[in-house]
Amino acid sequence: MLDSTHRFTTLPAAPGVGYKPQHFAQIMADATPVTWLEIHAENYMGDGGRPLAQLRHLSEKFAMSVHGVGLSIGGEGALNADHLSRLKHLCNWLNPASFSEHLAWSTHDSQYLNDLLPLPYTPATLTRVCDHIDQVQNAVGRPMLLENPSSYLAFDESTMEETAFLDELSQRTGCGLLLDVNNVFISATNLGLDPRAYIDAFPLDKVGEIHLGGHDEDADDHGAPLLIDSHGREVADPVWALLDYTLARSGPRPLLIEWDADVPDWPVLQAETVRAANALSHIPARP
Amino acid sequence: MSVDQTHFRKALLNSALPTPEGLSDGRGHPAGARFSVYRNNVAVSLTEALEVSFPVIRKLIGDENFKAVMGVFLRQNPPDTPMISQYGATLPAFLEKFAPLAHLAYLPDVARLEQALRESYHAADGSPVEPEILQSITPETLMGARMTLAPALRLVRSRWPIHDIWTFNMEPGAPQPAGGPQDVLITRPEYDPLMTSLPPGGATFVDALRQGNTFGDAHDHASVGITDFDLTTTLGALIAGRAIHAIATGDTP
Amino acid sequence: MSTFMKTAAIAGAMTAALAAQTTTASAAGQEKCYGVSLAGENDCKAGAGTTCAGTSTVDYQGNAWTLVDAGTCTEMELPGDRMGSLEELDRDLPA
Repeated sequence: MLDSTHRFTTLPAAPGVGYKPQHFAQIMADATPVTWLEIHAENYMGDGGRPLAQLRHLSEKFAMSVHGVGLSIGGEGALNADHLSRLKHLCNWLNPASFSEHLAWSTHDSQYLNDLLPLPYTPATLTRVCDHIDQVQNAVGRPMLLENPSSYLAFDESTMEETAFLDELSQRTGCGLLLDVNNVFISATNLGLDPRAYIDAFPLDKVGEIHLGGHDEDADDHGAPLLIDSHGREVADPVWALLDYTLARSGPRPLLIEWDADVPDWPVLQAETVRAANALSHIPARP
Repeated sequence: MSVDQTHFRKALLNSALPTPEGLSDGRGHPAGARFSVYRNNVAVSLTEALEVSFPVIRKLIGDENFKAVMGVFLRQNPPDTPMISQYGATLPAFLEKFAPLAHLAYLPDVARLEQALRESYHAADGSPVEPEILQSITPETLMGARMTLAPALRLVRSRWPIHDIWTFNMEPGAPQPAGGPQDVLITRPEYDPLMTSLPPGGATFVDALRQGNTFGDAHDHASVGITDFDLTTTLGALIAGRAIHAIATGDTP
Repeated sequence: MSTFMKTAAIAGAMTAALAAQTTTASAAGQEKCYGVSLAGENDCKAGAGTTCAGTSTVDYQGNAWTLVDAGTCTEMELPGDRMGSLEELDRDLPA
């Protein structure tokens, strides 16, 4: 394990940013107002070299969040034992302040599809996902946060609302939740729902972290708006508004800016984190 | 109506199949083109990963061709691990058998070189032996010594001038590759892989060392059929690449 | 070559190889870490747009020449080169 002298044990209710290697020098020099960083676990599962060396330096200055994208917790098949073991190894070495994954699947018959794919919400899938979360939390030896997906379609066979599904998961497994407000806005727009009603129904007391990212606008076969979770631009204004609505109900939370495509120079990303800091310091009174 | 993940995945990777039933837009219409968002995510994200990992193959055949060929590759060879940094290890073998590019017979070896560079980048660190230690070994001891080489060391041997093809495509002003075989040694002095085109016999020497032969035996192997094996250059590449990580002297390996 | 001569030659090569090393200033500490990634990375974004890449199919049969119309392979004029291809050279490689 890394030297734990400066170990951060919890994420602060402050702005964080999704770490990109090209920003290493600037982040190490001055990342104000960012106090914590999130990494995608799968990019740090190599044996050595620059990626792990960067993590060593970053973890001395910042609280770290390990965010897995490849565990396929929503998969029909068993979890990939090798991958679980790599995740455990990374978490033991880095000792992050938080570990999170997605309510999605990405692997089937040992083929990894590199996308967060959707699942129906039924009592059967609930049981399966709970089993997987139990396995992960036992293997990694720490509680995890599970993130709500961005949806482009709905399953006819679903019998539960996503919010109820996540609430039930959290109650049965003790896992916390990661609320991606951009995903809420995308899913609600794409499926014709009210994003504020989703927030109202969400178990906000379980939320250990909030995500914000940019989306693209498209349209479906019928000309209905279809938002794509591209993480390739600034957070949209209605998403900032939905964040204010959420924070008024949840209180301050660790707040992450994600920018994964067409990654800008650091000052542009930093400006987004300043906006996140402002949102946290001006939480509106709940109406 | 339910759609299982076997069915979902098949339709993701084969756009000739209809969109699975049981999926809707949440307003009562079938999902239709919305399913293409996922089809697109899979294809685009894997193609983008291959673009980053195989930049020379991309330049050699051109951007549009690369996208098209990778579209075929990713459907036949989806990743077998969630670590995208490893995706594409089977691309050289795929290119060997990809008939439309068969006339570019050097492509598989160039892909092997790019794959080896990437493996070297992510390999374990280890700690190199300081040059002073090498200097202090007596010639007789050196002959019987066995060396542990760096985890980041890779060798790619080719009938084609793969080193020069790589630099021609990646380094502005690099000369056009001439004909001729090239054996490339990849080392990683710190965090960036370093390529060296080895003299004849050099790859045999390094490979023999890697397999646990003594220095003297490795030299014998490398000298077979090569009258003037250039040990100085080969050794220089290993030392500059900080690739010698341990030396065991004496008779026991 | 006698064992003595071989030993002397090898020792000479080691000395020459060490002497040829240029002591470049090595970056210290975190500065070694500057630099970008050499491999594709995982992330959780979605690809922009909803069409094309996921739904296009290409028929390559008999399509070899148009497939290489845009890359640098056509710029490389190597001995024995024909239309951007390299002639194989005669050389037996150890297995």
